[in-house]
Amino acid sequence: MKTYEQISDRIESGKAVVLTADEIADYVDKKGLQAAAKEVDVVTTATFGPMCSSGCFLNFGHSKPKIRMSEAWIQDVLVYTGIAAVDVYLGATQLRHGDPANMYPPGEFRYGGGHVMEDLIAGKSLQLFALSYGTDCYPLRELRTYFTIQDLNQAIMVNPRNCYQNYNVAINNSDRTIYTYMGRLEPNQKNANYCSAGQLSPLLNDPTYETIGIGTRVWLGGAQGHVYAEGTQHAGGCERTPGGVPVEGAGTLALTADMKQMKQEFVRGVSFPGYGVSLALGVGIPIPILNEDILKRTCVRDRDILAPVIDYSSDYPQKTGNIICQVNYEQLRSGEIQINGKKVQVGSLSSYYKALEIANLLADEIRRGDFQITKPIAALPKDKTMKPLIKRKQK
Amino acid sequence: MSEMITKKLMLYFPKCECEKPIIYHLVKDYDLVVNVFRAKVTPEEEGFLVLDVTGTEAQIQRGIDFVKTFNVTVNFSGKGVTRDETKCTHCGYCVPYCPTGALNILDGQTRQVVYDESKCIECLACVRVCPYGACTAAF
Repeated sequence: MKTYEQISDRIESGKAVVLTADEIADYVDKKGLQAAAKEVDVVTTATFGPMCSSGCFLNFGHSKPKIRMSEAWIQDVLVYTGIAAVDVYLGATQLRHGDPANMYPPGEFRYGGGHVMEDLIAGKSLQLFALSYGTDCYPLRELRTYFTIQDLNQAIMVNPRNCYQNYNVAINNSDRTIYTYMGRLEPNQKNANYCSAGQLSPLLNDPTYETIGIGTRVWLGGAQGHVYAEGTQHAGGCERTPGGVPVEGAGTLALTADMKQMKQEFVRGVSFPGYGVSLALGVGIPIPILNEDILKRTCVRDRDILAPVIDYSSDYPQKTGNIICQVNYEQLRSGEIQINGKKVQVGSLSSYYKALEIANLLADEIRRGDFQITKPIAALPKDKTMKPLIKRKQK
Repeated sequence: MSEMITKKLMLYFPKCECEKPIIYHLVKDYDLVVNVFRAKVTPEEEGFLVLDVTGTEAQIQRGIDFVKTFNVTVNFSGKGVTRDETKCTHCGYCVPYCPTGALNILDGQTRQVVYDESKCIECLACVRVCPYGACTAAF
């Protein structure tokens, strides 16, 4: 079969055959697995949706005189300053100072860290306000200035958890409307929301992490980045279908890339009334077709992928572990599912339209030789499970 | 008899014109059928009103001319709800909340969200739920 080097060479010479995960299943049905595995070099996967565990490190350079920022805000959004003098970390779900949050529920949550990241990439001029206790080496104690991303030395997105392999379908069994990170859920199971690109989603096309690992080059918000670690809560050792597809969250990826190369349309601040703010992000990951098995797994279809339907009024917040039923993504995408014989309208938080756009953009970049595949430097763990937080009364 | 047609209008009332029964006269004197979707016309403040008017082309034109004598701006295309296509990511989250199917996914392959303005009744559900702020209300 093929090696990483052979596929790289074909990309380098502009001869690589690249298809998206949306196209590949039909292509393999037509050509046959063996012939297609010989011919196809790369299958591109992608996803676009809210990914709360995202953020960025920014370096401002030094003012004259210098400051060691001990507290700082960008557009009134608090950033973490417990690192070196003019380095900060901005988190996607940080709410703007003074926002009433859910004081009068459901709160609007109009602006936060995710919106700052979008504005930064859009090239807008943003306000920095910083305080310090002052030291001999960093005497300045207060600073207010305006900056754009071009003024920064570095703006590096560093996301602890992106690309959940699979995800819950949220529903509300109670008799009142609830406001969650899965959107507004009407009482008595009136609607359900899901959040996955399904058959196009990166880790659902490489369910056992054979080619996606630490060091894999990825397309992140329009820039070239890479997987720097397993994502937080990565739990590959979960229940799977006989085909190896996880039936719950499972794997996750920690991703990084240079924000100065990103495009606003793929890095978007989001507001969820009654819940909070976050960041919606576009990610694309190429899967090198090293052999028939890898190709076969990229042929996964929406109907083969099951997601658990979970009650977000009780079972999710109380961590009971109960699931109402399982549904597949073909059913979800039809806009309607059946739960106990009752029709339930379905909406999506993840954009398949955008994911498809990204998978095609990435495929074009690879065909042009502008985006290379990489062999992982380490594999993601396959059998890890997720630990709960135990409330202990004593040390 | 001329054909009956329906037109959707948005009326803008400047501060001074908010206390006159304009819609009453559209029904009574111009023989128009009105269906008000949404209105906010408060004394001493500017006001907006979005409505359908049904009648013959000529009746509607006469009604509009009458409305214009009050310094009221009549907007035919712009409505109380605007969808900014550049902000929309086509996630489809809004679709189940839209009661009339004005926001819908017609192509199951691309899953693009399309907006049929003629079906919009200005319930503002999309304005409240869109995480990206793609739908906004003029009032």
